[in-house]
Amino acid sequence: MSYVIDRRLNGKNKSTVNRQRFLRRYKQHIKKAVEEAVGKRSITDMEHGEQISIPSRDIDEPVLHHGRGGSQGQVHPGNKEFIAGERIPRPSGGGGGSGAGKAGNSGEGMDEFVFQITQEEFLDFMFEDLELPNLVKRHLTGTDLFKTVRAGISNDGNPSRINIVRTLRSAHARRIALTGSSRARLREARAELEQLLLDSPGDLPAIRLLQEEIERLQARVKRVPFLDTFDLKYNLLTRKPDPSSKAVMFCLMDVSGSMTQATKDIAKRFFILLYLFLKRSYEKIEVVFIRHHTSAKEVDEEEFFYSRETGGTIVSSALKLMQEVMAERYPAQEWNIYAAQASDGDNWNDDSPVCRDILIRQIMPFVQYFSYVEITPREHQALWYEYEGVREAFPESFAQQQLIASADIYPVFRELFQRRVSS
Amino acid sequence: MKSTAEKRQPLSTGSEWTFELVQAYDREIGRLAERYALDTYPNQIEVITAEQMMDAYASVGMPIGYQHWSYGKHFLHTEKHYKRGQMGLAYEIVINSDPCIAYLMEENTMCMQALVIAHACYGHNSFFKGNYLFRTWTDASSIIDYLVFAKQYIAKCEERHGIDAVEDLLDSCHALMNYGVDRYKRPYPISAEEERRRQKDREEHLQRQINDLWRTIPPRAGGKGGEDDSRRWPAEPQENILYFLEKHAPLLEPWQREIIRIVRKISQYFYPQRQTQVMNEGWATFWHYTLMNDLYDEGLVTDGFMFEFLQAHTSVIYQPSFDSPYYSGINPYTLGFAIYSDIRRMCEHPTEEDRRWFPEIAGSDWLSTLKFAMKSFKDESFILQYLSPKVIRDLKLFSVLDDDEQEELLVPAIHDEAGYRTIREMLSAQYNLGNREPNVQIWSVDRRGDRSLTLRHQQHDRKPLGDSTAEVLKHLHRLWGFDIHLEVLQGDQVVDVQHVPGGGEPALEA
Repeated sequence: MSYVIDRRLNGKNKSTVNRQRFLRRYKQHIKKAVEEAVGKRSITDMEHGEQISIPSRDIDEPVLHHGRGGSQGQVHPGNKEFIAGERIPRPSGGGGGSGAGKAGNSGEGMDEFVFQITQEEFLDFMFEDLELPNLVKRHLTGTDLFKTVRAGISNDGNPSRINIVRTLRSAHARRIALTGSSRARLREARAELEQLLLDSPGDLPAIRLLQEEIERLQARVKRVPFLDTFDLKYNLLTRKPDPSSKAVMFCLMDVSGSMTQATKDIAKRFFILLYLFLKRSYEKIEVVFIRHHTSAKEVDEEEFFYSRETGGTIVSSALKLMQEVMAERYPAQEWNIYAAQASDGDNWNDDSPVCRDILIRQIMPFVQYFSYVEITPREHQALWYEYEGVREAFPESFAQQQLIASADIYPVFRELFQRRVSS
Repeated sequence: MKSTAEKRQPLSTGSEWTFELVQAYDREIGRLAERYALDTYPNQIEVITAEQMMDAYASVGMPIGYQHWSYGKHFLHTEKHYKRGQMGLAYEIVINSDPCIAYLMEENTMCMQALVIAHACYGHNSFFKGNYLFRTWTDASSIIDYLVFAKQYIAKCEERHGIDAVEDLLDSCHALMNYGVDRYKRPYPISAEEERRRQKDREEHLQRQINDLWRTIPPRAGGKGGEDDSRRWPAEPQENILYFLEKHAPLLEPWQREIIRIVRKISQYFYPQRQTQVMNEGWATFWHYTLMNDLYDEGLVTDGFMFEFLQAHTSVIYQPSFDSPYYSGINPYTLGFAIYSDIRRMCEHPTEEDRRWFPEIAGSDWLSTLKFAMKSFKDESFILQYLSPKVIRDLKLFSVLDDDEQEELLVPAIHDEAGYRTIREMLSAQYNLGNREPNVQIWSVDRRGDRSLTLRHQQHDRKPLGDSTAEVLKHLHRLWGFDIHLEVLQGDQVVDVQHVPGGGEPALEA
């Protein structure tokens, strides 16, 4: 006796909990792998999960078993040339014929346990030590474009917006409601009249009476208008703020000799955060990378983060370039403009007031938000103090913070954006 | 037999399966199996997707498992290999329960489904019902209920005591899982209902016993003397380490004892499977081969179907040679199938050699001989009893002795007249769980002193313990709560002693 059961529709993720348990247990390993991956990835490349590998010995479940050594007899199949009593040299590597210790050629050794985590898990692990709170998900305000959207039906409006179907439907309903009883009586009266004409065609007074009633009822039904102003229905349109779905993010970074790779990595994390943050609010994001030492240049991401430069620093060159790019490609009425600048605070002393002027006159009026992070453990220099002036002029959309280690990134990030949200 | 010999219409011609076809095939295969009087539990055939198959994989063949990270690890591993196409999923998983649950994967062709039905629903199923080890050690009708009970109980413990506490405990239990079986004593059948009913009583009772055992104030002042105390306790060495911990570990809470018991019971449920791999897979393979050929003989399947089946069958019983890069030991399907097939051959077409080696088998009724072999043995004794010279020759078996005191390896025997017996004995020993797993038993407990627990490892052929032993001892220490000593013996001689907590190495937190 057999029963065949279709289980395909049953839940397929019976192992989800166990999987979560596994991730929970090896959090530290995974976090480390994620951190390394963040270093390697492009900042716009956060759309997929990550391959994690953990040394097998760390996740082995120990059991009592025999080790190598002693006297071990084994039976193997497929003898070709051995004869009884033959002595053969011990295979090197100690493999008892079972091909132990094969090296993986796919880049992952046999002693690594490798698995995939999803993008969501990847972001969770990435932001975990940054303690990303939900507030980041809130939208930034600041939009002056509107679009009209249909918002149902209303009783008054512009004649060009009449909804014919709805109007006729309601007229029809009204007519049915107002004439229902009259028409019912009319039908009855007609039937009675017919009957009367058949049964006793001579009873003229009664016929007359009925005919009068019929006329009266017909007149009453006719009096109900086909279409009343009351029936008119209009399509309702409302104006809805339309946050421009396009945003551009300017990444400005000092690449002069004083910026080390470690500093750049911190900056990169910061840029990633900003990118992900904007990603949640906008459909389309473009990223412009501008690096500068004494002169500024628009570059691709690879060059932005990894090319080494030497020399002095003139910050205003980058701001000027940004302003030019903005004017040329990103008109402020179409684009939401965000900018993040990372630097170690060095600048030519004469240049810092210039920076402030460019910012106040040519950049700040057009951008949604400009954040400046100074990655240095040292004292602030002239640039910082000049930027304080900018902050006074644009307290809503300008922010500056100091970063020392990568652990500070998130708190600083939150600080930068929290003020904006709460104000 | 008259009408069935006629050729009939094939059941299907395409490779797509439908529920009606699965039922039709099952009916026909069941009818053929009845001809051989295969005694089976009722079948419950469940059609599942590949993802569900991976889930089933991860829970190591338990239809309902409690939650533990190691199953997650298993799942991730399977998932990765499957998604990369490095491995196909097994065609089937079958569960020793009543009714016998077999999973068919949605992706399989009709031919594969029929193969799986023959293999699992009639092969494995009749093995579960017939073999003495399964009959003795497992109770197919209650296992599902018990697993449900175990899952709920452990989930409740997690709620009450936290996930970490339960996870740590399970880790420790898993490390000793293979030492949670009474090898010689017949266990009581497990029943979920009874477990639930008795569990409360047991908790209280057990705790009382423990308290008695560890009472520090002597019952009567100046009563019994030191003679009683100095006797070794436990009086006999204990092989069931988990059982001993469950009953006697001094510091465990009742719920911890219950979890040890659950792990122990599950270990016991799998114990027969570990001992009958060759027999079980060989039996199932023999029957799918026989039944499918019968289908073909009756004209119920097409030639194309048969080709597909033979292709699958040959890859199942493929045995790479020892020097092949794909070699990873002897394929239990191959060995088992070869032995069963050879028993049938010896019964039906005995040679001179067979009459010499197997006088009581040669020429006997093959079906009853085969069933007797299936019912009354485990791998070790099965090989010792039935591995014939012909199978040894066919597989070209040879033995290698790797003695670390010798410079070179020795080939003591090959597939020739002089070597058959040696090969057979060595191969049999290779499947002896007692040889495969180190013989470690609980030797004594220092009841009046520091409460330390002493284990003894009786070395077999001077084989040392593997390198994860220290970790296992840490787990044991976590369960026992006091010092652990492990003495390694060669004969009567103690040759090595390990301690946990040992010098400088921190033990796991208790």
